[in-house]
Amino acid sequence: MLTFLTRRLMSSIPVVLTVLALCFLLVRIAPGSPFATERALDPKTKAYLEEKYGLSGSLPQQIIRYGSNVLHGDLGDSLKFRGRTVVEIIAQSLPRSLLLGSIAFTLALGLGIPMGAWAAARHNKTPDHWLNSIALLTLSIPTFVLAPVAVLFFSFGIPLFPPAGWGTLPQLVLPSLCLALPFVGVCARLTRSGLIETTGADFIRTARAKGVTEKTLILIHALRPAVLPLVAYAGPLAASILTGSLVIEEIFAIPGIGQFFVSGVMNRDVFLVSGVVLIYCVLLLFFNLVTDWLTAILDPRIRAQS
Amino acid sequence: MKTRLILFFLLTVLVASIAGPWLSPYDLSDLSNLRLDSPSKTHWFGTDLHGRDLLTRLLYGGRISLLVGFVGATVSLFVGVTYGLVAGYLGGRIDNAMMRLVDILYALPRIVLVIVLISLFDLKLKALLDHTWFASLAPHARLLLLFMGLGLVEWLTLARIVRAQVLSIKERPFVLSARLIGQTTPTILFRQILPQVLPTVLTYLTLALPAVILEESFLSFLGLGVQAPLASWGTLLADGTALLNPIQSPWWCVLFPALVLATTLLLLNFLGDQLRQSRK
Amino acid sequence: MMLRRGIPGLTGLLLACLSLSSCQTRPRADLVLCNGAEPQTLDPALVSGQLEGRLCSALYEGLTRRDSRGKSIPAAAKSWDISPDGKTYTFHLRPDLRWSNGDPVTSSDYRESWLRALHPNTASPYAEIFFGISNAQEFNQGKSTAESVGLQTPDPLTLRVQLTHPLPYFPSLTSFTTYLPVHQATVTKYGDRWAQPGTWVGNGPYRLLDWKINDRVSLEKNPLYHSPERIRLQRIDALAVTRASTAFNLYSSGQADLLLDKGLIPSLMLPQLRGRPDFHPGPLFATYFYRFNVTRPPFQDVRVRRAFALAIDKETIVERITRGNEPIAQSLTPRGIADYEPPEGLPSDPTTAQGLLKLAGYPEGRGFPRVSLLYNKSELNEQIAVEIQAQWKRVLGVEVELRNQEWATYLRSLDELDFDIARSSWVGDYDDPNTFLDCFVTGRGNNRTGWSDPTYDSLLNRALAEPKPTKRLQLLASAETILVSQALPIIPLYHFVGCLMFDPNQWEGLYPNLLDEHPFSEIGPKGK
Repeated sequence: MLTFLTRRLMSSIPVVLTVLALCFLLVRIAPGSPFATERALDPKTKAYLEEKYGLSGSLPQQIIRYGSNVLHGDLGDSLKFRGRTVVEIIAQSLPRSLLLGSIAFTLALGLGIPMGAWAAARHNKTPDHWLNSIALLTLSIPTFVLAPVAVLFFSFGIPLFPPAGWGTLPQLVLPSLCLALPFVGVCARLTRSGLIETTGADFIRTARAKGVTEKTLILIHALRPAVLPLVAYAGPLAASILTGSLVIEEIFAIPGIGQFFVSGVMNRDVFLVSGVVLIYCVLLLFFNLVTDWLTAILDPRIRAQS
Repeated sequence: MKTRLILFFLLTVLVASIAGPWLSPYDLSDLSNLRLDSPSKTHWFGTDLHGRDLLTRLLYGGRISLLVGFVGATVSLFVGVTYGLVAGYLGGRIDNAMMRLVDILYALPRIVLVIVLISLFDLKLKALLDHTWFASLAPHARLLLLFMGLGLVEWLTLARIVRAQVLSIKERPFVLSARLIGQTTPTILFRQILPQVLPTVLTYLTLALPAVILEESFLSFLGLGVQAPLASWGTLLADGTALLNPIQSPWWCVLFPALVLATTLLLLNFLGDQLRQSRK
Repeated sequence: MMLRRGIPGLTGLLLACLSLSSCQTRPRADLVLCNGAEPQTLDPALVSGQLEGRLCSALYEGLTRRDSRGKSIPAAAKSWDISPDGKTYTFHLRPDLRWSNGDPVTSSDYRESWLRALHPNTASPYAEIFFGISNAQEFNQGKSTAESVGLQTPDPLTLRVQLTHPLPYFPSLTSFTTYLPVHQATVTKYGDRWAQPGTWVGNGPYRLLDWKINDRVSLEKNPLYHSPERIRLQRIDALAVTRASTAFNLYSSGQADLLLDKGLIPSLMLPQLRGRPDFHPGPLFATYFYRFNVTRPPFQDVRVRRAFALAIDKETIVERITRGNEPIAQSLTPRGIADYEPPEGLPSDPTTAQGLLKLAGYPEGRGFPRVSLLYNKSELNEQIAVEIQAQWKRVLGVEVELRNQEWATYLRSLDELDFDIARSSWVGDYDDPNTFLDCFVTGRGNNRTGWSDPTYDSLLNRALAEPKPTKRLQLLASAETILVSQALPIIPLYHFVGCLMFDPNQWEGLYPNLLDEHPFSEIGPKGK
C-alpha cells in the first residue's frame, strides 16, 4: 500500500515540474509585460527590472533559473505587489479559499448522501423520481448561473445575506451554497445508485433474511460498500470545487487565491501565476492520493490485493 | 417519449436562436433611449443599459453560445476520440507517454492557454483570412480562435474515457480475430473499435456542450471572448450581474439570461441522462 | 459509518474555526474607508496609483502637502525662498521633525530620498517628475553622478534645489507621492520589503499598523508627528475593495464610513444618489479620451480624424453612460486651473463631418478600410465604445470594429502602436496644464499616437523657459489648440467627476476638489 502511494507520488513529480515549466513559458510568451502600467515605461528601466527579477536571457534560461529556485523552495516575488513574496500571498489567501472549499465540500456530501440514501430507500417510488430530477437540476445549473440569481433573490429581493465580501458568517452562506449545490446532485445520484446496487447483493439479502430492519440495513450494512463510488468521486469533487471557487471568488468578491490567480494572469505576474498553479497541482495530487488510499481501505477486494 | 420531448424543446431553442433574430423587430445593436426598461408589451424581456431589446439579444446570443458549444464540443470530440483510440489501442509506453501529456495539459490553467492563443494569433489569423476567400470571416477571427481554443482544452476528459474503453474492447474476440485476418491498425480502430465506443462518446457530447458554453462565458467575462456588440448568453448574464445593486436591480437582465442558459443546460443534461439509461 | 460520524464532526470543527476567526477581529477603527484595489506598494518611490498615493500621504510628510481642498500648503518645509530668475528654490525645514523611530528628519533625508527615486536601479515609474531639477534626467539615465544633481544641503534644515527652468508650480510638486521622503537606513537594511508592518518607518501623521493582503491597511496616529494635536482620528482602516457593488454595500450597511472614488459607486445608481446629502460630487483633474494611430491610414489623414471627432455626440455619453454629471471634454486639460483657459475645441457637427469624410475620399463611408476601436475590457469602456461605434455608423456610415483586450495586452498594443483608435485616460499629477500637454511632445513615452508636431513641441519648450506666468499659460493654451482643434491625434470625450460618499452630519474635513486630495489628517468627527 505504502509503496504504491510512494510510487504514485514519485511519478507525479516530473508531471508537476513540466506543468510548471509550461505555465511559466506560456505566461512569458503572452504579449505584454508584467512591469507595464498606463504610464509609459522606459525601456532601460524595464530591462533593469527584468534583470533584477531573473526574467532576462532566453526563455529556457529563465525556466531553468525559475525551476532551480522552486526546487530550493523559493517561489520568487510578486511582480505587481512589490516587496511581497509569492509564498506570502498564497499563505494569506489560500486559507480563505480552502475554508470556502471545505464548507462547500461538506455541504455537497452532507446534503447529497442523505438525499441519495432517502431516494434509495424509496427506490422506484414517486419520491425517488422526484429526487432524481432535482439532482439532475442542481447538477446542470453551474455556479456561474446560480450565483447571480441567488444574489438577486436572497440579497436584494429578500435581504437575507450580504451579496459579497468576506469575514463574517452570513457572508459565507451564499458563496458556499452556490459552490456546493451543483455537486449535491452528483453525490445524491452516486449514493443512490451505489445503495441500490449493493442492496441487491447477496450479503444484503442474507442480512435481510436474518430480520434486520430496512433502516439498519441501509445505514449499517449497505452504506460502506455503497459509498465506494462516492469516495472515488471525492478526489475529482475536491478538485472541481477548488477550481470552481475561482468563479465564485470573482462574483462574490472573496479575496481568495482564485482572485490572485486571475489578476496574476492579467498582469503577467509570472511568479505569482506559476506559484498558484504549483499549489493547485500539489493539492490535486493530494486529493487523488487520499482518494486512492480511502478506496483501498474501504474496499476489501483492493485491500486483499495489496 | 421523454427523449422526444427533450429533443423537441432543444430543437425549439435552436430554431428560436436561428430564426428569432429575423422575426424580431429590433436589431442586435440598435441603441434607444429606453434604457433598463422593465419587461413590457413592446419589450417582452425588457431592455438593457443601452436600451437594446433583451429578447433580441438573447436570441442572437443563442446563436453564438450554441455555435461555440457545438463547434467546441465537436473539435473536442474529434481530437479526444482519435487521441483516446490511438493511446488505448497502441498501449504500453506510447500509451503511458500520451496519457502523461493529458495529465500535464489537465493541470495547465486554461485561461493562460486561451490568452496566449488569442493574443498571439488574433491579428495573424485576421491578416491571413484577409488574403483568402474567407475575407468576410476576418472580423470574426477572434471567435474562430475561441472555438478552436475551447475545443482544444475540452478534449482531455474524452480522451481518458475513450482510452479506458478501448483498453477493455481491444481484448475482445472480435478485435483479435480482425487482427488475425490481417486488417490494418487504422481499419481496426475506426471500423471495429470506434462503433463500440460511439454511444459513450455521444453521451459525453451532451456534457461537453454545457462545459464549453460555460467556459466561453467565463472567458468573455474576462475580456477574452466574444466582441461587443455581439453577445453570448454568458456575456449577457455577466452584464446583468454587473448591474446588480442594493437600491434598484434590473432583475430581468439577470433572470432571463440565467433562465435561458440554465434551461438549455438542463435539457442537454436530461438528454444525456436518457441516452445513458437507454443504453443500460 | 466513518462518513456519517465524520460530517457533523467536520462541520463542528469548521464552525469553531469560523467563530474563532471572527472573534479575533479588532474593535472597529475610528474611520473605515473603501480605498479601491489592493495597494501594490507603500514605497513612495515606486507608487504609480492614486489609491497608494492616498495612503502614502498619510504615512509620509513631504516638503509641502495638499490640504483638504487640494491646495498646496507648507508641511515639512515651513517656508522657502525663490531666486530672482525663478530657478533656485531654498526650502527651510521645521526643526521639530522626527521619523516614527525617533530619528530626526533632516534636509539630507529629502535629498537622499529624491536621489533614490531617481536612481536607475530604483526603477521608479514616476522618475520623470523630478526632471525639472537640473541634471536629474541625466542621473536617471545613468549619464551623470548623484553629486551633479541640483540638490544641496547647506545645513540639516536647508534644502536648495536648482531647476533647469523656472517652474512656478515646483513647491506644489514636492507634495507629490514620488517626492515623499523615506528613511534611508531602513530601506538599506530591509531592501524591497522595508515598507511592511514591523519594519516600516515614516514621518507622516499616521504610521503603518497592519497590512493584510486584499483585506485592509490599518493606520494609527503617529505620536511623533510634529503637530499631533491636529490629528483627530486614532485609527483608520483602508479596505481593499475593487467592486462597486461591494463597496456600496459596505457603505450602506455602515461597515464603511467613506467612499473615496466614483469607481466605488455603481454608476447605475448615480441618478438616484444625486439628491442625497451624503453624496458629494466634484470635478476632477482627469480626462477620458480616444487616441488615433496617426502613423497609418486612414487616420494619417487629419480630415478623417476631424470627421471622426466631429461625428461624436459627447452629451449622450455622459448622460447615458457615465451618468455622474461629467462635463464633456472639448480640451484635454480640464477647467479649474487658475488663469488657464483651455481652448474651445470642436463642437459636434455631423454635416461637416460627412463633408470631410467625402473630401478624404470616403463619401458616406464607402470604401473605408476596416478599422477597429481598442479598449481594455471594462464595463464602462465597453458601453462607451458601443455608443460611439453606433454614432460613427449613423453619422459617417463607417463600421468600426470593437476590439477589447485584457489589460496587459492592451498596454502592449498601445506601446507598439498596434491599434487604429484606442481608448485612454489621463489623470493630472499636479495642478498645471503641463501635466497633460507634455504627454504629446514628440517621442514621449506617453505620446502613444505616433503624432509629432514641431510647432507644438516648440510652444511647450518656450512655455517651459517662460518666467512670466500669464505668458506661459498663453503659450500652453496655443499648444493645446493645436492638439484638440487642429491636428487631433486625440479626441477628448469627457472629464472625470469624483464622488465622495460620507455623512456630512458625522464627518468634516472632506471636500471634493480637482486633484481628488483628501488628507486623512484633516478628517474628523463633526463638531468634536
